[in-house]
Amino acid sequence: MSTKPPPEHAAPPPELTPSRVRFWMVCALILALALPLQLSVDAGLFPDVLNPYYLHLLTIIGMNIILVASLNLLNGYLGEFALGHAGFMAVGAYTAALLATKALPSAAALPPVLGTCIILVVTLGGAMLMAAGIGYLIGLVTFKTVGDYLAIITLGFNMIIVNAIQNLDFVGGPRGFTGIPKNTNFLAVAVCALLTLGLLRNLIQSSFGRVWVSIRENAIAAELMGVSIAKAKNWAFTIAAAFAGLAGGLWAQNQQFITPRSFDYIKTTEILVMLYLGGMASLSGSILGVVAYTLLMELLRNLLSAFAPQLAEWRMLISPLILIIIMLTRQTGLLGNREWRWLRPRQGA
Amino acid sequence: MKLRTLALLPLLVLAGCKPTAKELKIGVSAPTTGSISATGQSAKNAIALVQDEINAGGGVQVGDKQVKVRFILEDDEDKPESTATVFQKLINQDKVLAIVGSYTSKCSNAGAPIAEASGIPVVSPWSTNPNVTKGRKFIFRACFIDPFQGRVVAQFATSKLKAKTGAVLYDVASDYNKGIAEVFRDEFTKMGGKIVGFETYNTKDTDFSAQLTKIKGSNPEVLFLPNYFNEVPLQIQQARKLGLTAVMLGGDGWDNPELVKLGGKVMDGNYFSNHYSPDIDNPVAKGFIAKYKARFGLVPDAAAALTYDSANLILKAVATAGKADSKAIRDALAATVGFQGVTGNITYGGGGDPVKGAVVIKVEDGKFVFDSAVNP
Repeated sequence: MSTKPPPEHAAPPPELTPSRVRFWMVCALILALALPLQLSVDAGLFPDVLNPYYLHLLTIIGMNIILVASLNLLNGYLGEFALGHAGFMAVGAYTAALLATKALPSAAALPPVLGTCIILVVTLGGAMLMAAGIGYLIGLVTFKTVGDYLAIITLGFNMIIVNAIQNLDFVGGPRGFTGIPKNTNFLAVAVCALLTLGLLRNLIQSSFGRVWVSIRENAIAAELMGVSIAKAKNWAFTIAAAFAGLAGGLWAQNQQFITPRSFDYIKTTEILVMLYLGGMASLSGSILGVVAYTLLMELLRNLLSAFAPQLAEWRMLISPLILIIIMLTRQTGLLGNREWRWLRPRQGA
Repeated sequence: MKLRTLALLPLLVLAGCKPTAKELKIGVSAPTTGSISATGQSAKNAIALVQDEINAGGGVQVGDKQVKVRFILEDDEDKPESTATVFQKLINQDKVLAIVGSYTSKCSNAGAPIAEASGIPVVSPWSTNPNVTKGRKFIFRACFIDPFQGRVVAQFATSKLKAKTGAVLYDVASDYNKGIAEVFRDEFTKMGGKIVGFETYNTKDTDFSAQLTKIKGSNPEVLFLPNYFNEVPLQIQQARKLGLTAVMLGGDGWDNPELVKLGGKVMDGNYFSNHYSPDIDNPVAKGFIAKYKARFGLVPDAAAALTYDSANLILKAVATAGKADSKAIRDALAATVGFQGVTGNITYGGGGDPVKGAVVIKVEDGKFVFDSAVNP
C-alpha cells in the first residue's frame, strides 16, 4: 500500500507558496510606505503634498477596513445579516478610553515610543477582549435565530449597548467621553489593519472558515456532516466582535472624544454600505469598498468646495446616487466573491 | 479597468485645491445636512452676510493694508467623525487662520483637539457644553454655557413669577437637556424653591402621560421643559389635557418658528431663555436683523445671530492683532473686552467662555415677545 492517499485534514507543509510570498511582500510594502509617511507628516516635511488631512483620511480608511472586513465574516462568509456591528465598536471604544484615561499612566510618564506601544497593546487588547466577551454572550442568545430575526436581534443589541452607555455617568453619559489621550496614529492603524487582514485571510481558509461557508451554503447539510452550527456561529460572532472592538479602541484614541450616539444604527448602516459596495465574502472587496466610499465622499467635498460651493449640500445626495448606480450595475459589489491574489491563501482557492 | 480609474481619484483631490489670490481665509464647520440642517442654513446665511459686509468695505485691516476675506464653509453633517475630517481639511489643506464652528457640542468636542494641537483659534457659536473650552487655550465660544441657562430660568421663575414649587421633564439621552435640567434643579432649590418632580424620557418618545400624571400629582407652579422645539408642543399639549396648570418654561432649544406652528394656542403664556431676541434694543442687532430679513426673507434665529457674532469676533481679533497669524489672533481674541455683538456685549474673562447676558422670551399669540434681560 505505497499509494495510500494522505489524510484529508493533514496540514499542508509550511512551504513558501507564491501567495504567501505575495502577502508578506504587500505587508512589507505598506509598512515601508507607512513608516516614512507617518514620520514625515509628524515632522512637518512637504506640508503641501503630505499634510495631516490626507493622513487623517488614510487613518479613517484603515479603521474602516478593520470594521468592514470583520463584518464580512458574519454577513459574507457566515451568510447571516448582522446589524449590530457599531455596538461592538462602542464597547471597544469605551473600554479602551477607560483603560487609557483611568487605569494606565499617560504616555508622557513612559519612555517615548515604547510607552505608547505598551499603552496601545493594553488598551486595544482590553477592547478586543471586552467586545469579544459581549459578542460571545450575544452569540449565545441568538444562536437559534436566522435571517431577519437575527438582524432584528442584533439591531436590538446595538440599541441596548448605546442606551446603556448613555446612562453610565462615569463615562460621561450622553455628554460623551472627553479627554482621551491621542495614542493612535496612522502607523498603528496600518499595523492593526494588516494584522486583521492576515488573521482573517488565514482563518477563512482554515477549517473554521470552511465550516462558516458550509453553513451559509446549506445549514442542514453542514449539520449532517457533523458541524455544530451553534458553536461555529458563536465563534464567528466572538471573532467579528473582537475586531470591531479593536477598531473602536483605535477610533477612541484617534478622535480623543467619543459619544454614544456615534455608535448607533446609523454607523452600522455606514459599515454595511461600504461592505456591500465592496462585495460580500471578499476581503479585497472590503478594502476596496472602504477606500472607494471614503474617497468618494471626500472627493465630492473637495471638488464641490473648490468649484461649486453653492452645491455643497448636494454632496449627501450625489454620493448615495453614485452608490445606487454602482449597485445597479454590479449587484455583487465591486469585488464580490473574488479575491486579489495576495489575499488568496492558495492558488485557485 | 474600473479599478485603475479608481486609483486616479486621489490625484483629483489634489487637483481640487486650486491656487488662490492673496486673501484671508477663515473656515466654517456647520451642519448644512443631517438632522439639524436648518441650523446649518442659518449659519450659511449669516456667514454670507458677514463676508459681503467686510469685503464691501475693502476687507479687513491687517497692519497697514486691507485684505479681502474668504470664508470656506464645510458640512460636518452634525457628526463628530465628520467634524474631525472637516477640521483637518480646513486647517491643513485650506490653511485657514481661524475657524467658526462647530455647532453642536459633540461636534465641537471632536474638532477642538485638532485645532488645539495645530494652534488654530476656534470660536464656536452654539456649543453650550462646558467641556468644549475646558483646559483649552485656542477654543472660544460666542454663546453662554448650559449651567448659565439653568440659572437664568431658575432666577426668572423665583423672582419674576414668584414660584415656590417647580417640576422638570427632560430628555435623559441628550447632553444638552440633561445639563440644563440638573443646574435648574440645583439653582431653583438654592433660591428657595422646591423641586416636586424630576422626570425623564428618551429622545423620540411621543407619549409623556405617565411622567406628566406623576407631576400633576404634586401640582407644581412651574414646569421646566429644557427640550427641543419639535417635542415641547407635544409635551405641553399632553400636560394641558391632563389638567396641569403650571407655567411652562424652557431653554434656547425652544427657539424655532416650528414651536408655535406645532403647538398653536397651547404655547401662549409660556417663557423660555434665549441668546437674543429680535426685539432687543441694540443698534448692532437692529442693523443685522434688517439686512438678514431683506436678503433671506426670514427673521434670523439665534444660530444665525451667534454665527454673525462669532465671525465678527474673529475679524475684529485679526484687525487688533494687526497680522495674519493664528497665535496673534488667539491672543487678541482672549483679550476681547466689550465687543458689541447682536447677542449682547461679549467679554472674555481669561478662558474661552464669554461673560454675557441672556434674555427671557414670552410666547404670546403665536409670537415670540421679548420679556426681560437677565445678566450674570
